[in-house]
Amino acid sequence: MLISNDIRVSLGKVPVLHGISAAARAGEVTVIVGPNGSGKTTLLRALTGDVAFQGRVCLNGQDCARLRPWELAALRGVLPQASALAFPFTVAEVVRLGLTVATHANRAELVVRALGAVDMEGFARRLYQELSGGQQARVQLARVLVQVWEPVVAGVPRWLFLDEPVASLDIAHQLAVVRLMRDFARRGGGVVTVLHDLNLTAMAADRVWLMDQGRLTGQGAMAEVLTDAALELAYGCPLRVGRLPALGGWFALPQAAGVA
Amino acid sequence: MVALDASSLMGDRGAQARVTMLALMAALLLTGLLSLSHGASGVSLWSLIEALTSGQAMPDRDRLILWEIRLPRMLTGVLVGASLAVAGAVMQGLFRNPLADPGLVGVGAGAGLGAVVAIVLGGLAPLWLTQAVGYHLVPLAAFLGGWASTLVLYRVATRSGRTSVATMLLAGIALGALAGAATGVLVYIADDRQLRDLTFWGLGSLGGASWPKLLAAGPVMALALVAAPFLARGLNGLALGEAAAHHIGLPIQRVKAVAILTVAAATGAAVAVAGGIGFIGIVVPHLLRLATGPDHRFLLLNAGLAGATLLLLADLIARSIIAPAELPIGIVTATLGAPVFLWILLRRRGLVDL
Repeated sequence: MLISNDIRVSLGKVPVLHGISAAARAGEVTVIVGPNGSGKTTLLRALTGDVAFQGRVCLNGQDCARLRPWELAALRGVLPQASALAFPFTVAEVVRLGLTVATHANRAELVVRALGAVDMEGFARRLYQELSGGQQARVQLARVLVQVWEPVVAGVPRWLFLDEPVASLDIAHQLAVVRLMRDFARRGGGVVTVLHDLNLTAMAADRVWLMDQGRLTGQGAMAEVLTDAALELAYGCPLRVGRLPALGGWFALPQAAGVA
Repeated sequence: MVALDASSLMGDRGAQARVTMLALMAALLLTGLLSLSHGASGVSLWSLIEALTSGQAMPDRDRLILWEIRLPRMLTGVLVGASLAVAGAVMQGLFRNPLADPGLVGVGAGAGLGAVVAIVLGGLAPLWLTQAVGYHLVPLAAFLGGWASTLVLYRVATRSGRTSVATMLLAGIALGALAGAATGVLVYIADDRQLRDLTFWGLGSLGGASWPKLLAAGPVMALALVAAPFLARGLNGLALGEAAAHHIGLPIQRVKAVAILTVAAATGAAVAVAGGIGFIGIVVPHLLRLATGPDHRFLLLNAGLAGATLLLLADLIARSIIAPAELPIGIVTATLGAPVFLWILLRRRGLVDL
């Protein structure tokens, strides 16, 4: 269980988050959505302790502020929105950096499997800096994956915090990341992610936190939060949420004014 | 062999780095012997080996030259070379930038100021202090100077975990100028004997190496060299940025503090004992990264070995090129290192994409 208790963040004197209280469960994918500047990324960065905030974040019943870096790292992997790398490491070397606190017997095999999970097998020896932006993003995801490879360890769920993990990916790899998140949750882990794409959100989310102007305007099961009315209110444009007749999967599509 | 192949397929350059390490050890051993056997007087490597193997005592004069002049000089060269290269590699890891070098960004100048303060004003220090630290005064003062300038530099150039290369280099110029001005004032008030010490020291030389000096500065350098490998994992993680390094479980505040102390100790003691010797700290780690990759678990050890070898070679050149006189070693390293540095810049212009 991830509990966010009255989180407030100000950048300078401007309040950005006005007291966010929400919960996410292990075994579920929780997606934070909202228009630009609504505070999605700031909220995720507060949850991971990357921005100064007032309030409290508890992970599996423990106050995150009281945990040491290595204790936190054993509990959760964090993928930031943008990643930089200072020196010419190879892809395999970058992924291996995620193994700092890992206790697995076979580290080399884990690296191979994580690269396979993000469809980057065969790139192990390539230099990270020579890859495209989307490929680099997948390598960083693999690095985060090896850190918390087993979603549950000794009965304790582990967590993935992913800030826009599909931002620079093509559609096939976007779907692969959705499958990856769903799989991690199905096996008992918790996933909290910021997504821009409402359609992918409808597909990926068990639970949705809808943000608008630094406040949480809705939280709960995906189909309850992502309603036509709530989305139109938040985004200011007409959107339709529904299920595909043939496959039963969820979608959220914009309706161009005067066309619908 | 199978395991080696599998790991190299996996993009692991560890095997390559280990081979390089062995080669560097051999090279250091060889240059060390060469350094012992080479010099103005005729004590050759062969007479040394002969004396050792035949069991006959060496002539007193030869033994004196070997023990009192060449051995401390060689050991000083090894420690100074290793310290300069390791300080460079650690600093580059800390600042996440291959251009960060204690000599370039004012840390060397800060350490130099500390040393000059100790040389010129050391006589004014209270007697108990002089008695307590003795020969350690100059290396200690240089360490403090290096530490202060590294701290200031890090504070100025690094905002919320990101280092601006432009700010770092410019702040380094400012720090260097400030330290240079203060050094100038001290040189102005120095007496003749101190001036001679300062001039000799300022150009960079192993010529003044002696057992007392080595015993004063050596432990500081040795401590830094022993500490450095423990930073390897932390510096590898820092390559991802401070936030990501924290999230993979590294105690980054501690890593940063130890890294800064290591840079200051290695640079300070090296500067105190041998003066301003440039370019070892930037050229050695860079070439090693090209050869075996940036993994600090190997880079730091190999940089130490390569730095020591390179400095002994530079000292050999300094001693033989205008024999029987000798050139300050700083001139040799600058003549060899500066062109390599320019070549690095030409090859990788992206590095200084300010």
